[in-house]
Amino acid sequence: MAKVPVQFTLNGSEKAEFIESGTTLLHVLRDKIGDTSPKGGCHQGTCGACSVIIDGELRLSCLTLAETCNGADIRTTAGLAEGGVLHPLQRAFLDAFATQCGFCTPGMIMAAKALLDRTPNPSRDDAVEALSGNICRCTGYEPIIQAVLTAARANSQNAA
Amino acid sequence: MAIRRGRGVAAINYPTGMNLGGDPTQALVHSTPTGNFMVTLSSVDLGQGMKQIMAQICAETIGVPTDRVIVDTADTDTGPHCMGTFASRGTHRAGNAVIQAAKEARQVMLEVAAEELEVNASDLETDGQGNILVKGAPQKSISIFDVALAAHFKRGRSISGRGMFLIPRSYPEKETGAMKPSTCYAHACTVAEVEVDDETGEVTVLTVKNVFEIGRALNPKMVEQQLVGGSWMGISHALYETTEPYYPNRDHGATDFNQYLMPGPGDLAATEIIVLERPSADGPFGAKGPGEMCANPQIPAVANAVFDAVGVRIDTLPITPERILRALKAQAAG
Repeated sequence: MAKVPVQFTLNGSEKAEFIESGTTLLHVLRDKIGDTSPKGGCHQGTCGACSVIIDGELRLSCLTLAETCNGADIRTTAGLAEGGVLHPLQRAFLDAFATQCGFCTPGMIMAAKALLDRTPNPSRDDAVEALSGNICRCTGYEPIIQAVLTAARANSQNAA
Repeated sequence: MAIRRGRGVAAINYPTGMNLGGDPTQALVHSTPTGNFMVTLSSVDLGQGMKQIMAQICAETIGVPTDRVIVDTADTDTGPHCMGTFASRGTHRAGNAVIQAAKEARQVMLEVAAEELEVNASDLETDGQGNILVKGAPQKSISIFDVALAAHFKRGRSISGRGMFLIPRSYPEKETGAMKPSTCYAHACTVAEVEVDDETGEVTVLTVKNVFEIGRALNPKMVEQQLVGGSWMGISHALYETTEPYYPNRDHGATDFNQYLMPGPGDLAATEIIVLERPSADGPFGAKGPGEMCANPQIPAVANAVFDAVGVRIDTLPITPERILRALKAQAAG
């Protein structure tokens, strides 16, 4: 099958790949570009581990065809830290012990980032709603919810 | 038809490790030329934090900061033997093996330091910061970095140690059947409050209060996170998880994890965790196995709370709306 070109921005840097039509964005990110921060959990859009932000919207990269991402701005957990300084969400997840095996963590963090980008001061219900598409087997969710609320408070204090 | 409230309590004892053909784990410890310490294990860190705990145990035993220890795990082709990470045995079995290996490595380290300082090894102590001092004369000291360099390039010594921890198999006595299947037990007690809708059979867990007795908590924050997650998982076992949700016929059962139910972030009970530390006699620094134990007491506590709420005993897990409604129907007919 003829390969198709795809170009997008990943965490601020230009990427261009030739891919087979029908390839998922998750596959391109992990196996072609080498950004393994999005995880392949269920590959059918139910676990949220592959979550990325595309043009400001939270998306499941396992259900997104890479060829639909031409010209898109794609953000993953791997691009959150700046100059070796963790993003407030990453710091809050660490401090709250909100990760155990870590497999769901990048998806959780992107879901939380999408929330905080549009709702800087979320309620607990907002956080629960935002995380409800992401499955975790280890933590019981409460530490994750607390981490998101803590990161939101840290952000609002920095802004003030 | 009404929402009915109930409260249930349950307490458990949970063995650390198992009693099949004997329960062994081995560990090897060696220093690098720059005085870092490597712990080699076959045991697996599957997210419960084993690498961190083994690093703490090794560091404490040798007398160096935890960040001077590197833990390698999970290669059963090349690592020293381990039965595996299950039965809440990792910290207890591997931890004891690491202590033994680290003690042997520490002894070699002190012997090399003694040669360098021209004193007796028994007169030396570590400061926990990476130095070895003469007892009573701390101005006479040598860094572990320099000791490791001397061992490697001058003295021809391997600063290393072997550790082996084995709980032998316990056989029942022929006459009485008495046996000792475990040397170490963790304990827990849970009180659960539920609401049961006697029209739909749905159960909502309102609160779950847990007390866990887990020996010494070697890393209190990691213990807490495991207990919080475990408490959630216990409720998940009690009310949700099955490969045959809600259907009597396997053909209608779940075919994938997307049909395997667990409580999500919107289904959480208000959870309280209290840790009691009563150090075990044979655990590393008094630790027991908190891992699987922490997901057990919620199950009978929820079952008892359902009974308290609507008067039916559900003895098959999970306690689904279907099972509650069938039991209520039988009760009404009976």
